[in-house]
Amino acid sequence: MQNNVNITKNVAQYRQDFAIIANWVKFGSKVLDLGCGDGELLQFLQSSLEVKGYGVEKNDANLLACVASGTNVIQMDLEDGLSGFEDQSFNTVILSQTLQAMHNTEEIVLEMLRVGKEIIVTFPNFGYWRNRMQITAGRMPVSKALPYQWYDTPNVHLCTINDFDAFCHHHNIEILERRVITDGKEVNFMPNLLGSLAMYRLKAL
Amino acid sequence: MSENNAIGIVAPQTASFSEPLTLKSGAVLSQFDLVYETYGTLNADKSNAVLICHALSGTHHVAGKYSEKDKYPGWWDNLVGPNKPLDTNKFFVIGVNNLGGCHGSSGPVSTNPATGKPWGSEFPIVTVEDWVNSQARLLDQLGITQLAAVIGGSLGGMQALQWTIAYTDRVRHALVIASAPNLTAQNMAFNEVARQAIITDPEFHGGDYYEHGVVPRRGLRIARMLGHITYLSDDAMGEKFGRKLKDSIKYSFDVEFEMESYLRYQGDKFAGEFDANTYLRMTRALDYYDPALAYGGDLSKTLSQVKAKFLVLSFTSDWRFSPARSREIVKALLDNESTVSYAEVTAAHGHDAFLMPDEHYHAILRTYLSNIEVGGNHAE
Repeated sequence: MQNNVNITKNVAQYRQDFAIIANWVKFGSKVLDLGCGDGELLQFLQSSLEVKGYGVEKNDANLLACVASGTNVIQMDLEDGLSGFEDQSFNTVILSQTLQAMHNTEEIVLEMLRVGKEIIVTFPNFGYWRNRMQITAGRMPVSKALPYQWYDTPNVHLCTINDFDAFCHHHNIEILERRVITDGKEVNFMPNLLGSLAMYRLKAL
Repeated sequence: MSENNAIGIVAPQTASFSEPLTLKSGAVLSQFDLVYETYGTLNADKSNAVLICHALSGTHHVAGKYSEKDKYPGWWDNLVGPNKPLDTNKFFVIGVNNLGGCHGSSGPVSTNPATGKPWGSEFPIVTVEDWVNSQARLLDQLGITQLAAVIGGSLGGMQALQWTIAYTDRVRHALVIASAPNLTAQNMAFNEVARQAIITDPEFHGGDYYEHGVVPRRGLRIARMLGHITYLSDDAMGEKFGRKLKDSIKYSFDVEFEMESYLRYQGDKFAGEFDANTYLRMTRALDYYDPALAYGGDLSKTLSQVKAKFLVLSFTSDWRFSPARSREIVKALLDNESTVSYAEVTAAHGHDAFLMPDEHYHAILRTYLSNIEVGGNHAE
């Protein structure tokens, strides 16, 4: 257990987004993390908040890493929706920095709202000034948050904070809270220009 | 695989039970035998036992060989042994031949104590529930109150599932592989064709062929050929045989294609070593298993008392026990907030994949099993 606590602290230090997510998740609640990777976020939430956590992951190597760490993981493709999950069966459903790589973007958000009482969506803000600069200079943005070239990127649905606000409005989704961070620090002034990572806590209206 | 025989020479044991066992059908077995094998050492607090449940044609002979001369080791030797995914340095592994079987446990081919003759058609129909109850009796006799894990593929997976339903406190982990919470109509239809092949064989004699000194070999052979078609995927068959000819087209009904040669070989081999009455009963046990039936078809309710932690595993090309069926089990477990992980392994071999030593598949099993805690030091 000592080991876990240390890991938790370290994770919180370099993953500001994890710390914000942890603030939005209730102690002991039931959490579904979509595209959970190697289960890092779930382990963090389990050790800090004792959540009942499940991950969804498509990748074989990530699945194996989850099994190794004792994280509940369900192997499935998010593009097929969340048919194995009952309506409103989770307190929180999380989609952390995966939205931009989804093909069925609209469907997955609506599915999350069906399954979760609240949902958390985070994504790299395409409106961030560094991205805009690169576009202005005539090239597709490549950065720490978007580390791919145009021809090999898995990101097919990039959007700005303003785009996502409009998306929520259009789909009757209530924005309970929005936090924007750049290099691990909160951004309150002109977030769509100065924010690198957008984080939303949402529920169906 | 025969050279990879790390477990060495093994020997079966027989456990006899004189306490009557009431079966799901209402029939009573006044006494019965179960033949079993064990691998590894039971630890001091008896917390490291793992039960392997076999599928349709499996046996208690899971791993190792009976003598150096044996051509093949037990049927799941690639999984079980020292430093193998199911590590016998850590676990005490039990393989058992199910009731109604034909490899030493009480079944149609064994002697009915009431008549002194083979049971034959008189041997009752046994179910997955009956098997699990009889396996629990074996654990009682071995002094094991709780299994570290129960593992099974296909029909064996149904038994693993049943263990968690019937004996909630006696199993900590269930590994349910390439299985289903019940059979689909199509799946049962294959079983019915297999049974009809056996029952309509003139040498079946209503199941009492032993006294006629014959066996319904043709029926059993066809049943097995049909089974083999359904255990492989279209792609796997295509890759293995394609339209390859043994020699050339001869405009006859002899074996001309490689695929025919394979099916006939498998059919002949099986008909020479398996009992037709057992085959009938195994397929019926598959058909009848439907634990949710008592809960109005609600599998979530059925699993509401389950305490075991689950690893559910399916294979992408398995159409006889498709991933969708495994996902039904996963969904019911999720509905109950059970501890469950689910892996959908990309594999080309169809249903047979659960017996193959696929690297990723075995890595998942190895990883999961290595995380299972067993208390106490190993017994001397």
